[in-house]
Amino acid sequence: MSLWEYANPAKFMALSGRILPTLTIGAGVMLLIGLFWGFFLTPADYKQGSTVKIIFLHVPTALMAINAWLMMLVASLIWLIRRHHVSALAAKAAAPIGMTMTLIALATGAIWGKPMWGTYWAWDPRLTSFMILLVFYFGYLALWEAIEDKDTAADLTSILCIVGSVFAILSRYAVNFWSQGLHQGASLSMDKEEHVDNVFYFPLLVCIGGMVLLFVTLVLIRTRTEIRARRLSALRAREV
Amino acid sequence: MKSLILRDLKLAFRSGGGFALTLAFFLIVVMFVPFGVGANLDLLARIAPGILWIGALLSCLLSLDRIFQLDWEDGTLEALATSPIPLSGIAIAKATAHWITTGLPITLAAIPLGYLLNLPQQSYLWLFASLALGTPALSFIGAFGAAITVGIKRGGLLLSLLVLPLYIPTLMLGAQVASTGTQNPTQLLALVAAISLLCIATTPFACAIALRANLR
Repeated sequence: MSLWEYANPAKFMALSGRILPTLTIGAGVMLLIGLFWGFFLTPADYKQGSTVKIIFLHVPTALMAINAWLMMLVASLIWLIRRHHVSALAAKAAAPIGMTMTLIALATGAIWGKPMWGTYWAWDPRLTSFMILLVFYFGYLALWEAIEDKDTAADLTSILCIVGSVFAILSRYAVNFWSQGLHQGASLSMDKEEHVDNVFYFPLLVCIGGMVLLFVTLVLIRTRTEIRARRLSALRAREV
Repeated sequence: MKSLILRDLKLAFRSGGGFALTLAFFLIVVMFVPFGVGANLDLLARIAPGILWIGALLSCLLSLDRIFQLDWEDGTLEALATSPIPLSGIAIAKATAHWITTGLPITLAAIPLGYLLNLPQQSYLWLFASLALGTPALSFIGAFGAAITVGIKRGGLLLSLLVLPLYIPTLMLGAQVASTGTQNPTQLLALVAAISLLCIATTPFACAIALRANLR
């Protein structure tokens, strides 16, 4: 019994079909609890007022935006090394979700930024890196769409994902040099969570957990769709 | 490998001036900036390094599809793939030839074009150095993008969408070196050189994987 068993599409379909209902309910319940708790049961911040509550959407989506790319990277490596089709399809399935998470994170950040920083957008390192991440998602998705042969598409997008990861990380740190001195230290720092009061911290954790489950659920559903589409085209090809 | 570089160079020089076209495009991009933002000399001096870098980047982008496209169409690439040189070696040769025909002329042309944009005196050296050290990265990343899109018909726009995000770190650091306000350009220049070296060392392998997937 090893993990690689689920590289077999039939086994993957069976397992994912079995755990999907639980996952869906889990994601729904956790997000509902987390968001309700966050939006209605936490006090308003003494400085930020009620705008602080956008953190319950912003932080989980931003986390998942990056983790979705990481998952795509791992799946791409598995495809290139072991050539399991499910892996390539999972990477393909995760990309639009990751892109949406990036967009939500940027949008919620902008909505929060207007009352707090006085601007929707600033060329701050963290904001800029997210914009760059978004562009990487665009390129990756466009490449999938452009190539007809399925295996070639999987190969090329995988190698793009790997090279893209290297350059995304490079950009992340190059940005620090570039906007040095241009912007005051208004970035949302990751260790902010440690300064957040427990009142905010626990619902935030629930939201993050819910978002992780939501991501896994969506990836599984989309991968299943891709596998079915693949089977369908195989059947069609046999008929002709 | 040497003969492959020489062959690509000959092709570029003899078939209707491949690199003259790039330079003409560079000139036009630079010329358009004063048309767009006005001929205010102070403003131009401030944005000149960035404009020259973006111009160099776009001119480079314009000629990328030529790296593999023609050889792909007439089957030369398949013949090359069966040669004793590994595909990554071919990618190195191709990217080097591309750099000699675009990166090098762009670097040299940036000096007179900098004068047009009223580039501050002390920036010339840094601009030259950053372009000289940065353009190899552009060529090698570009070769990777070209290798990925070689099998796609009308892949030009897709090529830009794939390659431009990969150019971000080079552009950020490179333009920063040349801009006047920078305290310690040598440090940034070293980073630009590091990116170029990284690209030279790694992208040929990625290139080879992409070409192999396309040739299969």
